[in-house]
Amino acid sequence: MERKNIIETEELTKVYDAQTAVDHLSFSVVEGEIFGFLGPNGAGKTTTLLMLLGLSEPTSGKAWVMGINPIREPIKVKRIVGYLQENMGFYRDMDARQMLGFIAELNGIMGDEAEKRIDTVLSDVGLLEEAEKKIDAYSRGMRQRLGIAEILLKEPKVAFLDEPTIGLDPDATNRMITLIKSLAREKKMTILLSSHLLYQAQKICDRFGIMINGKMVGLGTMDELTGEKFGIGKKEYTLEEVYMKFFKEE
Amino acid sequence: MHGIRAIVKKELSDHFSSFRFIILFALITMVSLILVYMSAVAIDENLEGEKIPQFVFLMLFTSSRIGFSLVQFVAFFGPLIGLILGFDSINRERNEGTLSKLLSQPIYRDDVVNGKFLAGLSVIAIMMVSIILIITGLGLVAVGVKPGVEEFWRIIIYLVISIIYVSLWHGVAILFSILFRSVATSALASIAAWIFFSFFLSLGVNAIITSIVSTEGTSAAEIYVRLARFDRALSFTSPMKLYNDATATIVDPMRRTLRPFIMQMGIMERWSLSRFSGPLPIIQSFLMVLPYIVYLVAITAICFAVSYIAFMRQEIRSV
Repeated sequence: MERKNIIETEELTKVYDAQTAVDHLSFSVVEGEIFGFLGPNGAGKTTTLLMLLGLSEPTSGKAWVMGINPIREPIKVKRIVGYLQENMGFYRDMDARQMLGFIAELNGIMGDEAEKRIDTVLSDVGLLEEAEKKIDAYSRGMRQRLGIAEILLKEPKVAFLDEPTIGLDPDATNRMITLIKSLAREKKMTILLSSHLLYQAQKICDRFGIMINGKMVGLGTMDELTGEKFGIGKKEYTLEEVYMKFFKEE
Repeated sequence: MHGIRAIVKKELSDHFSSFRFIILFALITMVSLILVYMSAVAIDENLEGEKIPQFVFLMLFTSSRIGFSLVQFVAFFGPLIGLILGFDSINRERNEGTLSKLLSQPIYRDDVVNGKFLAGLSVIAIMMVSIILIITGLGLVAVGVKPGVEEFWRIIIYLVISIIYVSLWHGVAILFSILFRSVATSALASIAAWIFFSFFLSLGVNAIITSIVSTEGTSAAEIYVRLARFDRALSFTSPMKLYNDATATIVDPMRRTLRPFIMQMGIMERWSLSRFSGPLPIIQSFLMVLPYIVYLVAITAICFAVSYIAFMRQEIRSV
């Protein structure tokens, strides 16, 4: 069965004040996969995500999310994409329920439908008991899960997760990883996950793109990437070894 | 339209639960109480044994017994209300990382600015209406004269002009909160703008102009005319002067001109002049101030347009 491309970019470029953040980037993500978007800090991962969301205008090149051009129709794209940003902000004096209520309203989900969905997503991310607590009192792990709840609320087809597990303790990390996997398996979302935590990325993702200095230097499944760098051997390589190989060659 | 509605709703609940609002409201209530008491006493004393003049009720707003009247109070400190309500509206969200969350939802960017402005406008309207209600309510008891139909309409027009004036400053504050990333900077810029337009332009520049003009004048009359011209030109740069002009004949119908540029005349002349001058009808008063109202609205619109453009062009980065 031919799976269609959910995300596609063509020579996507972003230049900030003479500094090229994203350099002629072309890649695609197919339906239902978890795509690991890897690279060091400042490689242009977040910038790419922002361009795909229509929050940032590319200097040149094209992008499509489910066939929609985010530069021309950002609202349409934002309706079908859930975005978990890095260092996400919350209105601290709201509780989880109010926060989700506000997000629901921004998405045009009203009344009983909103109430129902909020209860469902709160139990999905395991925050039902703490739903009346102020977000200010939440731990980082709880906040990240609330961020996932905000995404689930929209029932999107695509989710962009920017460093979802950074700064979490091991237990919170594991919960987050389980949650992300369930988004793909149960909710049938296509996920674009940006990270530089390679061990975790290896556990979650189906395919990888390695981005360094705004360029995609490696693209493929684990086997493809190892094959490209080490040849086919008996040894099992970790993603970290593969990544470091790419990194040193740049 | 769900985006703008959601934002207005959230902003309003933020405003009403904030200490900032409570403190501002307490302050305004206090000032109104003092003003109404003092002006009621003044009116009572001045009119002791005299025939009650027309529009005695409006005197509650214009009598300046303790140094300033309500109209002057709003002219000077109204801007602060608008500025305080808005100086951190966009940059706080940017610093806390909630702005990109907001913008990654399916709403238009201008919904954010519009929603915040509308919420601020509602709060300002509520504050201004309460001031007026406190003053009319207590004034009714203290002076014992009920306002006529015409006075009622004049107060309504005054209210609308005041709301526009304070909202103009709210718009300025939102503009600063877009332009400056740091909340402290935009607060400072707001205060600086307030001092420049309210105090410097009306007091400082006047002093400078007086010294320039008076050396060249041939006759005293000519000097006054020149001064008046400068003053008029100046008024188009100072929202406070515009506001004073816009409200002048509305709450003070005995005034014929917008500017007392024959201030230098003696008290006897003034009396004899006032003997012949009846109050300006409400329609005439309104027509007289209409250009100033339009001008105030225009400045607000320009401020808004600049905010839009600045906000649309800004890059949204997560950190």
